[in-house]
Amino acid sequence: MDMKARVFITLKSGVLDPQGKAIHHALEGLGFSGVNDVRAGKLIELDLADGTGDSEIEDMCRKLLANTVIENFRIERLENA
Amino acid sequence: MKTAVIVFPGSNCDRDLAVAMEQVTGRKPAMVWHREAELPEGVDFIGIPGGFSYGDYLRSGAMAARSPVMRAVKDAADRGVPVIGICNGFQVLTETGLLPGALMRNARLSFVCRNVRLRVENSQTLFTSGYDSGEEVVFPVAHHDGNYQADEATLERLEGEGRVAFRYLDQVNGSARNIAGILNDAGNVLGLMPHPERVVEPAHGGTDGRRLFGALLETVSA
Repeated sequence: MDMKARVFITLKSGVLDPQGKAIHHALEGLGFSGVNDVRAGKLIELDLADGTGDSEIEDMCRKLLANTVIENFRIERLENA
Repeated sequence: MKTAVIVFPGSNCDRDLAVAMEQVTGRKPAMVWHREAELPEGVDFIGIPGGFSYGDYLRSGAMAARSPVMRAVKDAADRGVPVIGICNGFQVLTETGLLPGALMRNARLSFVCRNVRLRVENSQTLFTSGYDSGEEVVFPVAHHDGNYQADEATLERLEGEGRVAFRYLDQVNGSARNIAGILNDAGNVLGLMPHPERVVEPAHGGTDGRRLFGALLETVSA
Protein backbone atom coordinates (compact mmCIF):
# COMPACT_ATOMS: atom_id res chain seq x y z
CA MET A 1 0.00 0.00 0.00
CA ASP A 2 1.28 3.42 -0.91
CA MET A 3 1.80 5.76 1.93
CA LYS A 4 2.17 9.47 1.66
CA ALA A 5 2.81 12.21 4.09
CA ARG A 6 2.69 15.94 3.74
CA VAL A 7 4.99 18.15 5.73
CA PHE A 8 3.88 21.76 6.20
CA ILE A 9 6.69 24.11 7.09
CA THR A 10 5.80 27.52 8.46
CA LEU A 11 7.74 30.35 9.99
CA LYS A 12 7.47 30.55 13.75
CA SER A 13 5.21 33.28 15.01
CA GLY A 14 7.22 36.37 15.75
CA VAL A 15 9.65 35.66 12.91
CA LEU A 16 9.30 38.37 10.29
CA ASP A 17 8.18 37.06 6.92
CA PRO A 18 9.27 39.42 4.14
CA GLN A 19 7.74 37.19 1.45
CA GLY A 20 4.39 37.05 3.20
CA LYS A 21 4.51 40.82 3.53
CA ALA A 22 5.20 41.27 -0.19
CA ILE A 23 2.33 38.93 -1.08
CA HIS A 24 0.08 40.91 1.24
CA HIS A 25 1.02 44.16 -0.50
CA ALA A 26 0.43 42.60 -3.91
CA LEU A 27 -3.01 41.38 -2.86
CA GLU A 28 -3.88 44.87 -1.66
CA GLY A 29 -2.61 46.21 -4.98
CA LEU A 30 -5.08 43.94 -6.74
CA GLY A 31 -7.89 45.42 -4.69
CA PHE A 32 -8.30 42.65 -2.09
CA SER A 33 -8.79 44.73 1.00
CA GLY A 34 -9.96 42.07 3.45
CA VAL A 35 -6.60 40.44 4.13
CA ASN A 36 -5.18 41.08 7.60
CA ASP A 37 -1.92 39.20 7.27
CA VAL A 38 -0.10 36.74 5.01
CA ARG A 39 2.48 34.13 6.01
CA ALA A 40 4.22 32.06 3.35
CA GLY A 41 5.51 28.54 3.96
CA LYS A 42 6.41 25.31 2.21
CA LEU A 43 4.65 22.04 1.50
CA ILE A 44 6.79 18.93 1.04
CA GLU A 45 5.17 15.69 -0.09
CA LEU A 46 6.83 12.44 0.87
CA ASP A 47 6.12 9.14 -0.81
CA LEU A 48 7.04 6.62 1.85
CA ALA A 49 7.85 2.94 2.15
CA ASP A 50 5.32 0.95 4.08
CA GLY A 51 5.85 1.03 7.80
CA THR A 52 7.68 4.37 7.97
CA GLY A 53 6.84 5.58 11.43
CA ASP A 54 5.81 9.02 12.62
CA SER A 55 8.96 9.35 14.66
CA GLU A 56 11.07 8.78 11.57
CA ILE A 57 9.24 11.51 9.66
CA GLU A 58 9.69 13.82 12.61
CA ASP A 59 13.38 13.02 12.55
CA MET A 60 13.51 13.97 8.85
CA CYS A 61 11.90 17.30 9.70
CA ARG A 62 14.30 18.08 12.52
CA LYS A 63 17.42 16.99 10.64
CA LEU A 64 16.71 18.57 7.27
CA LEU A 65 13.25 19.59 6.14
CA ALA A 66 12.74 22.39 8.67
CA ASN A 67 15.21 24.78 10.26
CA THR A 68 13.79 24.70 13.76
CA VAL A 69 15.56 27.95 14.66
CA ILE A 70 12.98 29.81 12.59
CA GLU A 71 10.46 27.24 11.35
CA ASN A 72 7.73 24.96 12.70
CA PHE A 73 6.59 21.80 10.96
CA ARG A 74 3.37 19.83 10.92
CA ILE A 75 3.03 16.32 9.50
CA GLU A 76 -0.14 15.10 7.85
CA ARG A 77 -0.36 11.45 6.81
CA LEU A 78 -2.44 10.44 3.82
CA GLU A 79 -3.23 6.73 3.95
CA ASN A 80 -3.84 4.92 0.68
CA ALA A 81 -3.34 8.03 -1.38
CA MET B 1 50.21 27.41 6.98
CA LYS B 2 48.08 24.68 5.43
CA THR B 3 44.72 25.94 4.27
CA ALA B 4 41.67 24.45 2.60
CA VAL B 5 38.71 25.86 0.68
CA ILE B 6 35.56 23.75 0.59
CA VAL B 7 33.87 23.59 -2.81
CA PHE B 8 30.20 22.69 -3.29
CA PRO B 9 28.30 22.45 -6.56
CA GLY B 10 27.15 26.05 -6.99
CA SER B 11 29.99 27.69 -5.03
CA ASN B 12 31.22 30.70 -7.00
CA CYS B 13 33.57 32.58 -4.66
CA ASP B 14 35.86 29.61 -4.06
CA ARG B 15 38.50 30.91 -6.46
CA ASP B 16 38.43 34.45 -5.02
CA LEU B 17 38.85 33.04 -1.54
CA ALA B 18 41.69 30.75 -2.65
CA VAL B 19 43.50 33.65 -4.33
CA ALA B 20 43.13 35.84 -1.23
CA MET B 21 44.43 33.06 1.01
CA GLU B 22 47.35 32.32 -1.29
CA GLN B 23 48.32 36.00 -1.47
CA VAL B 24 48.55 36.18 2.29
CA THR B 25 50.04 32.76 3.08
CA GLY B 26 52.14 32.26 -0.04
CA ARG B 27 50.70 28.77 -0.44
CA LYS B 28 47.81 27.55 -2.54
CA PRO B 29 44.98 26.18 -0.42
CA ALA B 30 43.74 22.64 -1.02
CA MET B 31 40.40 22.78 -2.84
CA VAL B 32 38.22 20.16 -1.15
CA TRP B 33 35.16 18.85 -2.97
CA HIS B 34 31.92 18.41 -1.01
CA ARG B 35 31.98 14.61 -1.28
CA GLU B 36 35.29 14.23 0.48
CA ALA B 37 34.86 12.74 3.92
CA GLU B 38 38.24 13.93 5.13
CA LEU B 39 40.25 17.14 5.07
CA PRO B 40 43.94 17.24 4.18
CA GLU B 41 46.09 16.11 7.09
CA GLY B 42 47.17 18.94 9.37
CA VAL B 43 44.99 21.66 7.85
CA ASP B 44 45.10 24.78 10.03
CA PHE B 45 42.61 27.07 8.38
CA ILE B 46 39.38 26.27 6.52
CA GLY B 47 37.39 28.64 4.30
CA ILE B 48 33.79 28.07 3.22
CA PRO B 49 33.14 30.28 0.20
CA GLY B 50 30.18 32.22 -1.08
CA GLY B 51 27.90 31.19 -3.89
CA PHE B 52 24.69 29.27 -4.27
CA SER B 53 25.56 25.78 -3.06
CA TYR B 54 23.09 23.20 -4.38
CA GLY B 55 21.14 26.01 -6.02
CA ASP B 56 19.94 27.22 -2.60
CA TYR B 57 17.47 24.31 -2.66
CA LEU B 58 15.24 24.00 0.41
CA ARG B 59 17.07 26.81 2.25
CA SER B 60 20.35 28.58 1.53
CA GLY B 61 23.13 26.36 2.84
CA ALA B 62 20.79 23.55 3.95
CA MET B 63 22.03 20.89 1.54
CA ALA B 64 25.70 21.84 1.85
CA ALA B 65 25.46 21.62 5.63
CA ARG B 66 24.52 17.93 5.32
CA SER B 67 27.28 17.01 2.85
CA PRO B 68 30.04 14.56 3.87
CA VAL B 69 32.78 17.21 3.95
CA MET B 70 30.90 19.29 6.50
CA ARG B 71 31.13 16.48 9.05
CA ALA B 72 34.90 16.71 8.69
CA VAL B 73 34.74 20.53 8.97
CA LYS B 74 32.65 20.23 12.11
CA ASP B 75 35.15 17.81 13.66
CA ALA B 76 38.02 20.17 12.78
CA ALA B 77 36.14 23.17 14.22
CA ASP B 78 35.49 21.22 17.42
CA ARG B 79 39.24 20.62 17.66
CA GLY B 80 39.81 24.37 17.43
CA VAL B 81 40.83 24.76 13.77
CA PRO B 82 39.84 28.26 12.58
CA VAL B 83 36.95 28.24 10.10
CA ILE B 84 35.63 31.22 8.16
CA GLY B 85 32.32 31.11 6.28
CA ILE B 86 31.64 33.98 3.93
CA CYS B 87 28.17 34.76 2.55
CA ASN B 88 26.81 31.33 1.53
CA GLY B 89 29.54 29.94 3.79
CA PHE B 90 27.92 31.80 6.73
CA GLN B 91 24.57 30.26 5.79
CA VAL B 92 26.19 26.82 5.70
CA LEU B 93 27.70 27.36 9.17
CA THR B 94 24.34 28.32 10.72
CA GLU B 95 22.65 25.35 9.02
CA THR B 96 25.39 23.06 10.36
CA GLY B 97 24.82 24.38 13.86
CA LEU B 98 28.38 25.66 14.18
CA LEU B 99 26.94 29.16 14.55
CA PRO B 100 23.62 30.12 16.16
CA GLY B 101 20.68 31.79 14.42
CA ALA B 102 19.58 31.77 10.80
CA LEU B 103 19.92 33.88 7.66
CA MET B 104 16.58 34.74 6.14
CA ARG B 105 15.45 36.48 2.98
CA ASN B 106 16.49 40.16 2.96
CA ALA B 107 13.87 42.33 4.60
CA ARG B 108 13.13 44.24 1.40
CA LEU B 109 13.31 41.05 -0.69
CA SER B 110 15.79 42.44 -3.18
CA PHE B 111 19.26 41.06 -3.85
CA VAL B 112 21.75 43.50 -2.34
CA CYS B 113 25.02 43.97 -4.24
CA ARG B 114 27.18 46.93 -3.22
CA ASN B 115 29.93 48.11 -0.91
CA VAL B 116 28.84 48.51 2.68
CA ARG B 117 30.38 50.18 5.70
CA LEU B 118 31.03 47.92 8.67
CA ARG B 119 32.25 48.50 12.18
CA VAL B 120 34.72 46.05 13.69
CA GLU B 121 33.03 45.42 17.04
CA ASN B 122 35.67 43.20 18.58
CA SER B 123 39.32 43.28 17.57
CA GLN B 124 40.36 40.68 20.15
CA THR B 125 39.59 37.67 17.95
CA LEU B 126 41.60 35.34 15.75
CA PHE B 127 40.12 36.99 12.68
CA THR B 128 40.02 40.67 13.62
CA SER B 129 43.26 41.34 15.48
CA GLY B 130 44.53 43.32 12.47
CA TYR B 131 41.83 45.93 13.05
CA ASP B 132 41.06 48.35 15.87
CA SER B 133 37.84 47.92 17.83
CA GLY B 134 35.34 50.43 16.50
CA GLU B 135 37.26 50.81 13.24
CA GLU B 136 35.19 51.36 10.12
CA VAL B 137 35.92 49.17 7.08
CA VAL B 138 34.30 48.74 3.68
CA PHE B 139 33.56 45.27 2.30
CA PRO B 140 31.26 44.41 -0.60
CA VAL B 141 28.08 42.41 -0.04
CA ALA B 142 26.19 40.36 -2.63
CA HIS B 143 23.34 38.32 -1.21
CA HIS B 144 19.64 37.62 -1.15
CA ASP B 145 19.46 35.83 2.19
CA GLY B 146 21.55 37.88 4.59
CA ASN B 147 18.94 38.87 7.12
CA TYR B 148 20.43 37.52 10.35
CA GLN B 149 17.87 36.46 12.93
CA ALA B 150 18.09 34.74 16.31
CA ASP B 151 15.98 34.79 19.45
CA GLU B 152 16.51 37.61 21.96
CA ALA B 153 18.41 35.41 24.42
CA THR B 154 20.87 34.37 21.70
CA LEU B 155 21.34 37.96 20.53
CA GLU B 156 21.97 39.11 24.10
CA ARG B 157 24.52 36.35 24.60
CA LEU B 158 26.32 37.20 21.32
CA GLU B 159 26.52 40.86 22.31
CA GLY B 160 27.51 40.17 25.91
CA GLU B 161 30.27 37.75 24.98
CA GLY B 162 31.78 39.99 22.30
CA ARG B 163 30.80 37.56 19.58
CA VAL B 164 29.40 40.16 17.20
CA ALA B 165 32.54 40.63 15.11
CA PHE B 166 31.18 43.00 12.44
CA ARG B 167 28.12 45.24 12.36
CA TYR B 168 26.61 47.14 9.42
CA LEU B 169 26.71 50.90 9.86
CA ASP B 170 23.66 51.29 7.62
CA GLN B 171 20.55 49.21 7.15
CA VAL B 172 21.46 46.55 4.56
CA ASN B 173 19.19 43.53 4.80
CA GLY B 174 17.07 43.75 7.94
CA SER B 175 19.50 41.83 10.17
CA ALA B 176 18.73 41.86 13.88
CA ARG B 177 20.85 44.58 15.49
CA ASN B 178 22.54 45.15 12.13
CA ILE B 179 24.70 42.08 12.69
CA ALA B 180 27.01 41.33 9.76
CA GLY B 181 29.27 38.68 11.28
CA ILE B 182 29.40 36.51 14.39
CA LEU B 183 31.72 34.08 16.17
CA ASN B 184 31.08 30.75 17.86
CA ASP B 185 31.59 30.59 21.60
CA ALA B 186 35.12 29.17 21.32
CA GLY B 187 36.03 32.03 18.97
CA ASN B 188 37.49 29.87 16.19
CA VAL B 189 34.51 29.99 13.80
CA LEU B 190 33.52 33.23 12.07
CA GLY B 191 30.56 33.67 9.73
CA LEU B 192 29.94 36.92 7.89
CA MET B 193 27.84 38.01 4.94
CA PRO B 194 30.22 40.67 3.50
CA HIS B 195 33.15 39.54 1.34
CA PRO B 196 36.62 40.36 2.77
CA GLU B 197 38.21 38.23 0.01
CA ARG B 198 36.98 40.72 -2.58
CA VAL B 199 39.03 43.59 -1.12
CA VAL B 200 42.57 42.33 -0.72
CA GLU B 201 44.50 44.20 -3.40
CA PRO B 202 44.39 47.80 -4.69
CA ALA B 203 42.98 46.69 -8.05
CA HIS B 204 39.85 45.58 -6.18
CA GLY B 205 39.20 49.18 -5.18
CA GLY B 206 40.05 48.52 -1.55
CA THR B 207 42.27 46.42 0.69
CA ASP B 208 40.29 46.38 3.95
CA GLY B 209 39.79 42.62 3.75
CA ARG B 210 43.46 41.76 3.59
CA ARG B 211 44.12 42.29 7.29
CA LEU B 212 41.56 39.65 8.17
CA PHE B 213 43.56 36.95 6.40
CA GLY B 214 46.84 38.47 7.57
CA ALA B 215 45.78 38.33 11.21
CA LEU B 216 44.91 34.67 10.86
CA LEU B 217 48.25 33.88 9.36
CA GLU B 218 50.01 35.54 12.28
CA THR B 219 47.89 33.85 14.92
CA VAL B 220 48.10 30.41 13.39
CA SER B 221 51.82 30.49 12.69
CA ALA B 222 52.65 32.08 16.05
